[in-house]
Amino acid sequence: MSAGRQSLAGWASVSPALLWTLVFFAAPFAAMAAVSLFPKDGGGFSLANYTQFFANPSYWRALTNSLEVTLIVTAVSILLAYPFAWILAFVVPERWQRLALMLAVLPFWTSYVVRSYSWLLVLAEKGAVNNALIHLGLLAEPIQLANTRAATVIGFVHFFVMLLTLTIFANLKQLSPNYRKAAADLGAGPIRSFIHVILPLTMPGIMVGAFLTFVLAIGDYITPQILGGNNELLMPQLIMMQIGRRGDFASASALSIILMAVVTVAYLLCARWLKIERA
Amino acid sequence: MARIVSTLYAAAVYGFIFLPVIVLVLFSFQATLFPIPPFTGPSLRWYEAVLRDARLTDGLLNSMLVAVATSALATLLGFLSAWGFARFHMPASALMRGLITLPLTVSYLIIGMGLLILFNWIGIPKSLITAGIGHVVINLPLCFAIIYSQMGDHQANVERAARDLGAKEWQVLLLVTAPMLWPALFASFFLSMTFSWDEFVIAFLLTRFDTTLPVEIWNLLRAGLNPKTNAVGSLVFGVSIVLAIVFELVAFRKRPA
Repeated sequence: MSAGRQSLAGWASVSPALLWTLVFFAAPFAAMAAVSLFPKDGGGFSLANYTQFFANPSYWRALTNSLEVTLIVTAVSILLAYPFAWILAFVVPERWQRLALMLAVLPFWTSYVVRSYSWLLVLAEKGAVNNALIHLGLLAEPIQLANTRAATVIGFVHFFVMLLTLTIFANLKQLSPNYRKAAADLGAGPIRSFIHVILPLTMPGIMVGAFLTFVLAIGDYITPQILGGNNELLMPQLIMMQIGRRGDFASASALSIILMAVVTVAYLLCARWLKIERA
Repeated sequence: MARIVSTLYAAAVYGFIFLPVIVLVLFSFQATLFPIPPFTGPSLRWYEAVLRDARLTDGLLNSMLVAVATSALATLLGFLSAWGFARFHMPASALMRGLITLPLTVSYLIIGMGLLILFNWIGIPKSLITAGIGHVVINLPLCFAIIYSQMGDHQANVERAARDLGAKEWQVLLLVTAPMLWPALFASFFLSMTFSWDEFVIAFLLTRFDTTLPVEIWNLLRAGLNPKTNAVGSLVFGVSIVLAIVFELVAFRKRPA
């Protein structure tokens, strides 16, 4: 093939995907950025949608709520998932591991809307948890579990424990057992060996999982809407409210761009661990 | 001692992971009106109610249609572009590859919002097609990344041999490259299916009358706790499990080398 025909074939094969991304991803983003600069009240070009975000305490509160919930969820999920992945990788006998792991991620396959609804059933005033606690005599009256921040966190943690178990398990299984042996030979106890040898080597698995958790949780509308209710708003709920109740695309666009900036910062912080490369 | 602690811990985590699923499925067989204790079943009345509900069955068909069509398109676009980038020296290749994978880092909500504004602006009405476009946007980067990661040099040699033997470029792609890469193609298609099948916010923003199952379930939810939601949720769970088992059997089956 001549060089000219070659580059033609190259362009022909990559351009459909490129065009798709440009037209349906880059262009909408540009449209969103443009719309955000022309507030709904009219009056032409203005940064009002961005300044209102910093001026209006309830908007600002939505971002801090989102960050708090997401960071709590990420931390709790890692702390729960790491020992679990460890047990699956090193305590469960080899031939049961595949089955144990498949079971651990089985509820992944419930529909995402239904998963939050299921937690609502569990946490409802007359739901399974309150019922069990009253039967055990630990509670006299049902307590409010649904429509709280705790409910949102529980719903998120449930999903992300499964995700993080997968990424950390994969990472732990790749480690050669020699690392642990070498650390022991050099006199390190199990705790020192873990902190100085195993943990640093599993940082990539943790960080990939943590980043996915952060991105997916901070942009999620369903879980806080179903489980947290409207007591406190997170960013996605605020954005949906701008569209649904007020039909204010300009403000929703500005809020989306702010949310995206936050995610980009998180990405840059984790970037050294996240690489997509050819094998 | 360590063994006991490990066992207890693992049991507690399994309990936490399975609690909502067990409650969901158990109370889908509830005989009375509320999916809360005590259990009054087993009864199939809510499953009958789901199957008689045309909105839910239509939603199911729409979801399947959108999932299959968008996954096929995303896999095709991902395959072509991965092949192009792996086989040809493209100018600014890293930049363009970065652009194609960029949507992976953006929330579905924002992708859906952007498309809503764009379509609104140029006057394209909301439909299953607009939602499907959004689903291709979220799945294309994934398909590209999976297939691109499997493009090795040994396949390039086989392609060269085919060309030397007189195969045209499209024949090489269709008859040589695609069959060699089928596990990656299958994984891409399948993962896209599961993401599209379960996707809510893009479908919610970009459809109006005909919509997908997650949006119909969401509409059902507004009526409060209802065993019918349990029944449809359990059905979807069952379908997904069957798909997962098929995937497991097909993708990880030991094939003769």
